[in-house]
Amino acid sequence: MAYPAGNKALLDINLNIDKGEMVYVSGRSGAGKSTLLKLINLIDRSTRGQIIVKGQSLERIKKNHVPIFRRNIGFIFQNHRLLNDRTIFDNVALPLIIAGNNHHDVKRRVQASLDKVDLLSKINSYPMELSGGEQQRIGVARAVVHRPAILLADEPTGNLDPTLSWEMMSLFEQFNQVGVTVLIASHELDMIKHMKKRIIILNKGRITNDSEISERVVKN
Amino acid sequence: MNRHIKTWLKQHAHAFFFSLGQYVKNPINNILTTFVIGISLAFPTGFYVFLNNIQILSSGWEESIEINLFLDTAINEQEANIIVNRLSKRNDVSEIILIKKDEALAEYKELSGFSDALDVLDENPFPNVILVKQALKNTDEYKTKKLISELEAMTEIDNIQYDNTWVKRLIRILDIIKIVIFIISTLLAIAVLLIVGNTIRLSIYSYRDEIEITKLFGGTDSFIQRPFLYSGFWYGLFGGVIAWLLITASLHILSEPIKNLSNLYAGDFQLVGLGPTNTLYLLSAGVLLRLLGSWVSVKRHLYAIEAK
Repeated sequence: MAYPAGNKALLDINLNIDKGEMVYVSGRSGAGKSTLLKLINLIDRSTRGQIIVKGQSLERIKKNHVPIFRRNIGFIFQNHRLLNDRTIFDNVALPLIIAGNNHHDVKRRVQASLDKVDLLSKINSYPMELSGGEQQRIGVARAVVHRPAILLADEPTGNLDPTLSWEMMSLFEQFNQVGVTVLIASHELDMIKHMKKRIIILNKGRITNDSEISERVVKN
Repeated sequence: MNRHIKTWLKQHAHAFFFSLGQYVKNPINNILTTFVIGISLAFPTGFYVFLNNIQILSSGWEESIEINLFLDTAINEQEANIIVNRLSKRNDVSEIILIKKDEALAEYKELSGFSDALDVLDENPFPNVILVKQALKNTDEYKTKKLISELEAMTEIDNIQYDNTWVKRLIRILDIIKIVIFIISTLLAIAVLLIVGNTIRLSIYSYRDEIEITKLFGGTDSFIQRPFLYSGFWYGLFGGVIAWLLITASLHILSEPIKNLSNLYAGDFQLVGLGPTNTLYLLSAGVLLRLLGSWVSVKRHLYAIEAK
């Protein structure tokens, strides 16, 4: 995939991720980690090559089908990106509202999701009232409230101290244990190594290391 | 299929209530915006009402030509009456008034102050005058000319006078005024579009984050548009209501002075305001403007996001 300026962000990626797997993508800043995640969520489109997610080839997806495709994915942003003029409840409820759940369902699921990240008490607060770490966890709650099959996290521990980072990673592990496919981009290699999961290292857009030996096309 | 419709209805209900809630939550901002729309709409509408009234007014003037027939001094009152009878049978004439020479003398004495001088004269110098008023219906320049030439041909008259030129001048002035009003209205209409468009742009700009996040979590374009269109509907409606209030209030204030003025001119002119049909147009215009503006604005944002 290439940026308009001509720089190629990712090159020759041959990657296979199984359903229910948990994978870390690491590398220095600019190596292409975010780009990989964005390609999967169809935020960016590949200029060459193929990406197949859940048996679906992404190039084939037409523009008006993109929203439906995205509803099955939970995305956690690098800088939480919460809506400041809405309550925590409204923020976390967003994917459910988009999917058309009724009010009762929404309430139940939002509470469950917030409980999972230990922030149920803040349900009626506003994002500005929370600390950086809490905001990040709300972002996680939002990304999982609609029980997506795939969870993509772009530098989720960016604002967190080591303890909180660790807690967040174990949270992801818990999600993975119930069957969610998790893909996490993080440059904190030292911490990741302790998680004992598959790690893919990118350097200048290429895969330089894959802790799993086999190489196949990315497919879930 | 039923489930889809249910979901769709649910989403509309949600947008409906949420946009109303948003409106209430931010009263100061929203009232300002609503007033901007209301006042912007009031201007061209007010001018349209003005134009309407002028047209009604001028159509009354255009047709009423008065012709003064100065009869030969030899003709006495009896003969004058016969002429009056004959003329009143014409169908292009609405009214005939005979001003007897005695009346004319008396009036002139009173108004001019030359009463003493006039007493010296033996005879009444004034002739009998017949005032001919042209019929209001179905006149045009040709018929007017015909009437005048036929009256001129009458042997009994000494002189004929009509103030046609004055009326023509007035009509030409009114034509120019109408054109000027039309131009101003058009400019105002353009201004309304710009103002409303800008207001919408500003208010939606503050939502750009929300639009982008919703898109990233799989919200369709129509899902994103919906609340903006609904709030646009409310703004347009209330803005139209305010415009209507402004105009009706203005007309109310003006009606007294104008009635007094028209009484001085021996007319019974009444201001025509916004009828129910026009009011409906006004409200619809407000709503449509706002809806269109919202839709375009949000669409532009969506394009911008996709281009990133």
